[in-house]
Amino acid sequence: MIEKADQIFVLLLHWLVGFLPASWQHVASTILCVATIVLLYPALFAIAVLLERKGLGRMQNRYGPNRVGPFGILQPVADGIKSLTKEDIVPFRADALVHFIAPLVLVVAVFMGFAVMPMGRNMVLVDMDASLLFFFAMGASTELSVFMAGWSSRNKYSLLGAMRAVAQMISYEVPLLLSSVVIVMMTGSLSLVKMVEAQNQYTWGLPHWYVFTPWGLAGFVMFVIASMAETNRSPFDLPEGESEIVAGYFTEYSGFKFALFFLGEYVGMFGIAGLGTTLFLGGWSAPLAALSVVPSWIWFFGKVMLWICFFIWVRGTLPRLRQDQLMNFAWKFVLPMTLVNLVVAALWRFMGEGLLRWIVCTAIVVVAYAAMGRVEMRRERLGPRSYRYAE
Amino acid sequence: MLGEGILKGLAETAKNFAGSYVSKERLTTVQYPEERIPTAEAARVFPFLVYDGTDWEAGLRCVACQICEKECPPKCIYIEKSKDKKPDYVGKLQIFPARFDIDVSVCMSCQICVEVCPFEAIKMDTEFELATDDRFEGLLRHRNQLAKSNEYYHKIHPTEAAEVDARLAEEKAKVEAKAKAAAEAAAAKAAAEAAAKSAAPADAPQATAPAKPAEPAPKTTGGGE
Amino acid sequence: MSFVFYVVAALTLAGALSAVLLKNLVHCALAVSIAFAGLALFFLQLDAEFVGFAQFLVYVGAVAILVVFAILLTRGSETPKKTEIFSRTWLTGLAVAGAIFAVPAWAVLQAAPWMIHTTEKPAVTVQEIGNALMGRYVLPLEIVALLLTAALIGAVIVAMHEKEGRNS
Repeated sequence: MIEKADQIFVLLLHWLVGFLPASWQHVASTILCVATIVLLYPALFAIAVLLERKGLGRMQNRYGPNRVGPFGILQPVADGIKSLTKEDIVPFRADALVHFIAPLVLVVAVFMGFAVMPMGRNMVLVDMDASLLFFFAMGASTELSVFMAGWSSRNKYSLLGAMRAVAQMISYEVPLLLSSVVIVMMTGSLSLVKMVEAQNQYTWGLPHWYVFTPWGLAGFVMFVIASMAETNRSPFDLPEGESEIVAGYFTEYSGFKFALFFLGEYVGMFGIAGLGTTLFLGGWSAPLAALSVVPSWIWFFGKVMLWICFFIWVRGTLPRLRQDQLMNFAWKFVLPMTLVNLVVAALWRFMGEGLLRWIVCTAIVVVAYAAMGRVEMRRERLGPRSYRYAE
Repeated sequence: MLGEGILKGLAETAKNFAGSYVSKERLTTVQYPEERIPTAEAARVFPFLVYDGTDWEAGLRCVACQICEKECPPKCIYIEKSKDKKPDYVGKLQIFPARFDIDVSVCMSCQICVEVCPFEAIKMDTEFELATDDRFEGLLRHRNQLAKSNEYYHKIHPTEAAEVDARLAEEKAKVEAKAKAAAEAAAAKAAAEAAAKSAAPADAPQATAPAKPAEPAPKTTGGGE
Repeated sequence: MSFVFYVVAALTLAGALSAVLLKNLVHCALAVSIAFAGLALFFLQLDAEFVGFAQFLVYVGAVAILVVFAILLTRGSETPKKTEIFSRTWLTGLAVAGAIFAVPAWAVLQAAPWMIHTTEKPAVTVQEIGNALMGRYVLPLEIVALLLTAALIGAVIVAMHEKEGRNS
């Protein structure tokens, strides 16, 4: 029974595909899986948007949307209808073709990432050897779409937003990759499925998640920071800083294309949250051995939604960074921390079992964090303003 | 250490998030169509025409002097004078507005029409739900829509309305006194004419009357300071 | 030589051709990234997952963006007023292109028929690649790493000089 509940989607797929002749089964199952992914994540997107608007409202002591449907739960539907029926305006001087392709490239790229995501036991579309690399390769092409959107709009705000976005995404892609490299070092594989399997073990009922090790925790924190920057979430939402550049690279987008950008952003968020879950939080494995009876896919999506809730929480808390702060933070704090973390992970690997490696690794991580944090927090004191010529 | 402030901030927002479900006082939002804040007494949104009594057409204070129409900065008032006349609140025969339109979409709620009106006929309303789905006729308010009773005026602006009523009553009293004086004068004249024929004894009590209040005046001046 | 091969080949060639033929420089850069993506697809078709994804990550993700940035920051994105299809030195260009083409063409033609084997593709896992890089090819890898570090330090020094100049 438990086994059945765990594998319900896999069994369902096999049952459905069983009606077809054997030669079609492979193609049909692939199409079904892709269709499920393409439908599931927009549905999650709707939930996440509602959650975000209501949650942010509560954090600011407001109600949030509560008019459409009971408690406002139909608000995403209303938003969807609105953006579908809005006029699609393309600026006169815009590069129409590139302007049209940009949102498509973004959405396609972010959806591709889910192809390798293990969303439950045996629930992965393509179990390839280099799936982590595949995910990052797909993530890299979103940068190009952002640039295309900003450049083709022929708008200074769009271009500025695109430049900011691309600079930010490139800067934070380095720590994002480096913080996941420690996991690769530990599992000895680039396959996400293998990473989850490595974490799906329990000692005294407690899981072997990588976040519960010194290097894993440091990597996790750096990964969270970098993933926020990578998805242009607050406090790293400079590319769409409303107070400065209207909406950044999608200023000139309206109607459904705007909705596609919005969708792309959120689905990208799900992607990176799913990746982080897989890398550090044990993917679909249960947090306690006793809880393994709960189906694995519930754990995966529960963790992803928790991650999204954390993103919303941070968005409700922190103000936007300045461009120089953003870059300094990436290159002077997050990147060195991930590099130190690589060394720590290597030490962990070669020090063997025992308490000593816990002490040494924790000490290195904490000292590095404290030292770099001090440097990062050292700021220029703002004295009274002096004038050279006016006085 | 780096990150302490972030944790503090996260705790603060978490407190807000949870608190908003526990205590209603945190939520400052007024759920507008269902809940309403009572409008302030000094609120002003859009002009209306005051009438006395129960019949709005007969009791309209406006005499179509067109001062408001001329003074209105965005020129949102349109008045047509009537051909005939009707008695106003003091009973004097006055012309009245055959047409009095104000355009909602043009009016800027400046209250200048109210300030210039010598007859206390136009006042500011607190009604703010003026939206309409008919953008041509719905936005032009005619005099039957604009006319509102003095009781309504008392309800929305009690202090101001009381002052206005007092002033009007004073004026009315003045007019009545004048009429009375005129009537008395006429009566006196008639009496004098009648007395002239016979003897006139009315002069003696009038001459003694002003001398009486002058007596206690010097006593009270010292204590007042 | 499957159907997929021809589609990918057409895509890559179209991207490469439009990269040289289009007038707008940014369009050229985007076309180049299409060609890069096509090359990555070729690698994938040959079951070379690691190389294919690395190609995608590095060329589409980083090099194309770098090219685009360079174009935008050097005021070259404006379409030139003078519209001549052939530049004045087109003969030299043709000669260089011909020479470059001749080298692989010669190599292909020299390959003996028995050297072209159409047996199954070798299955190389990412782990084997990693082991090879860390074992047999560790010296070249380190040299490349040194080169990249030198480039990084050079970039930092260039940036630092600019800052000093502004302060003084």
